[in-house]
Amino acid sequence: MSILVNKNSKILVQGFTGTEGTFHATQMIEYGTNVVGGVTPGKGGSVHLDKPVFNTVADCVKTTGADVSIIFVPPAFAADAIMEAADAGIKLVVCITEGIPVQDMVKVKNYLLGKNTRLIGPNCPGVITAGECKVGIMPGFVFIPGRIGIVSKSGTLTYEAADQVAKAGLGISTAVGIGGDPIIGTPTKDAVELLMNDPETDAIVMIGEIGGGMEAEAARWIKETGNKKPVVGFIAGQTAPPGRRMGHAGAIVGGAEDTAEAKMKIMTECGIHVVKSPADIGKKMAEVIKK
Amino acid sequence: MNLHEYQAKELLKKYNVPVQEGFACGTVHEAEEAYRQIKTQYASNFAVVKAQIHAGGRGKGTVKETGINGVKVGKNLDDVIEIAKKLLGGTLVTIQTGPAGKVVNKILVAQDMYYDGVSDRKEFYLSILLDRSTGQNVIMYSTEGGMNIEDVAHDTPDKIFKEWVHPSGGLQGFQARKIAFNLGLSGEAFKNCTKFVTNLYNAYVGLDCSMLEINPLFKAADNKIVAVDCKMNLDDNALMRHADLASLRDTTEEDPTEVEAGKYNLNFVKLDGNVGCMVNGAGLAMATMDMIKLSGGEPANFLDVGGTANAQTVEAGFKIILKDPAVKAILINIFGGIVRCDRVAQGVIDAYKNLGNIKIPIIVRLQGTNAVEAKKLIDESGLKVQSAILLSEAADLVKKAVA
Repeated sequence: MSILVNKNSKILVQGFTGTEGTFHATQMIEYGTNVVGGVTPGKGGSVHLDKPVFNTVADCVKTTGADVSIIFVPPAFAADAIMEAADAGIKLVVCITEGIPVQDMVKVKNYLLGKNTRLIGPNCPGVITAGECKVGIMPGFVFIPGRIGIVSKSGTLTYEAADQVAKAGLGISTAVGIGGDPIIGTPTKDAVELLMNDPETDAIVMIGEIGGGMEAEAARWIKETGNKKPVVGFIAGQTAPPGRRMGHAGAIVGGAEDTAEAKMKIMTECGIHVVKSPADIGKKMAEVIKK
Repeated sequence: MNLHEYQAKELLKKYNVPVQEGFACGTVHEAEEAYRQIKTQYASNFAVVKAQIHAGGRGKGTVKETGINGVKVGKNLDDVIEIAKKLLGGTLVTIQTGPAGKVVNKILVAQDMYYDGVSDRKEFYLSILLDRSTGQNVIMYSTEGGMNIEDVAHDTPDKIFKEWVHPSGGLQGFQARKIAFNLGLSGEAFKNCTKFVTNLYNAYVGLDCSMLEINPLFKAADNKIVAVDCKMNLDDNALMRHADLASLRDTTEEDPTEVEAGKYNLNFVKLDGNVGCMVNGAGLAMATMDMIKLSGGEPANFLDVGGTANAQTVEAGFKIILKDPAVKAILINIFGGIVRCDRVAQGVIDAYKNLGNIKIPIIVRLQGTNAVEAKKLIDESGLKVQSAILLSEAADLVKKAVA
């Protein structure tokens, strides 16, 4: 049954009637995702893409029984949207929005403590359980159903990895784009842990970037728990100069321990199959699986 | 976004954070005027003249043309004029600027804080930043001020203290007191320090800083606590709610090519290599740079064209990369998801034709939606563009191009 989302998930879209929300909700519905409705404050009572629109997340949950929310709200209002979803009891909130101020996320992180809500993102491509449910902006056709899980900070690199896995004759169980911001809801380790405990996932691709300590934390956890499933790892930014922000707000080398080199070393020591070239992810996975 | 010291100090004053006072000057004449004001206001013959550039290590750095240090004490008017002449328009090279250095367009003529008084002078260190691992703001401070904090952290880690601030409660009084105690302060200086720290934290949050560093945090001989220097970094994502702050951006401090790229919504960082690249997505862009290196080249840039790779953005990207004469080949790597590869291919062809004579090899790797159609378009265009679908194929083409 994979992780986080499946064919029984009921999805609501926050920022449903906006350009981004409309476009991606349409794509999600075409993929077969069960979108039950959307929220745009002030447009409650109307119908959009043949689905009901509500003023509040709570109204939408009450009427449709939605348990997953995807957020396409502009950066200035995104933190508020996440907290509204959590307050309405949504179990999984996927925030696509890029460019949320860091101090807003400091508040969100604190707000979510003790709540039964998992946040994925922000600034992420979303979550997809191949062949069942797409809650995100990824090109669905790249994700061929199979038994490899993906955890990645980056969007297009997730698609690249999924494509290479498919070309190697394998497929994807669930792919989680955790996001490239300094503060995110679900760090690498938590996403890896979910896949380690998923009976429908045999191996994991873990893709990180320079900046922060999440990959090292995940690697140590994998080792401590006995390397239950093989993990292929890649860290982007081996050639990035220190002190320069490389696109993602979180992708900046601050100290000696968040360089690509340091992370790759720790991951290798923890038994992860680290590839130096992004072109080798699929090939390496095929090798590892055969063993 | 980085601010100059003089800009940051002006902002701190709005939050009642005491700073070493001074005047930003763009000419020698202004520096003269500033000195006169300081002399009357603070009854001192001394004034500190500080070059204003976006880089640290100014005191130990030197101006290429005149050999003067980036921070100097002027002992009288003639002295200040002499220093101003040597700094303004010069190229200051510090440990952080790289050998090219940065042009000094402004200097700060500031009051001398090192006067005598009832107690000893002391230099501390204090900064506020985000602790990514806890998702909280943290105040980092040390009794060892005025020097490179990385060295202090390395040599004497026990002299660095950290105080985490609760996201909803904010900085509490007991925390501000703890900081002042740990810095070894008492009496009037202790009270001034707790006020300073409280107000500084308010400034950090109120201005949406991503980093605020006071080094040195100075205790004067009359027990005043002041920010002698200030490095302030604002969260770019929060500038939407600070219209007044956005205007403080000094684009002369940034790479001109990066500024131009920003106009086209391209995320560009200039590097020193020989293979240019144009990619959609930050992670894939970094990964592509890594692949260039593994293929025997050196990445000449980071360039993320974002989610909308069309003819306009591709053409703008081409122009920006081609400005660098060191570039010997360009690799375009697009994973088409929502973006259709055949459209991107057409964009590449159109941009190529518009630009006319491109003398270096172009390698285009398009994968994802309509990748096969895209490859066909490129291959049949008659242009000197090599195409690939797999990342490994693109790597091989780069290898050949730089061999």
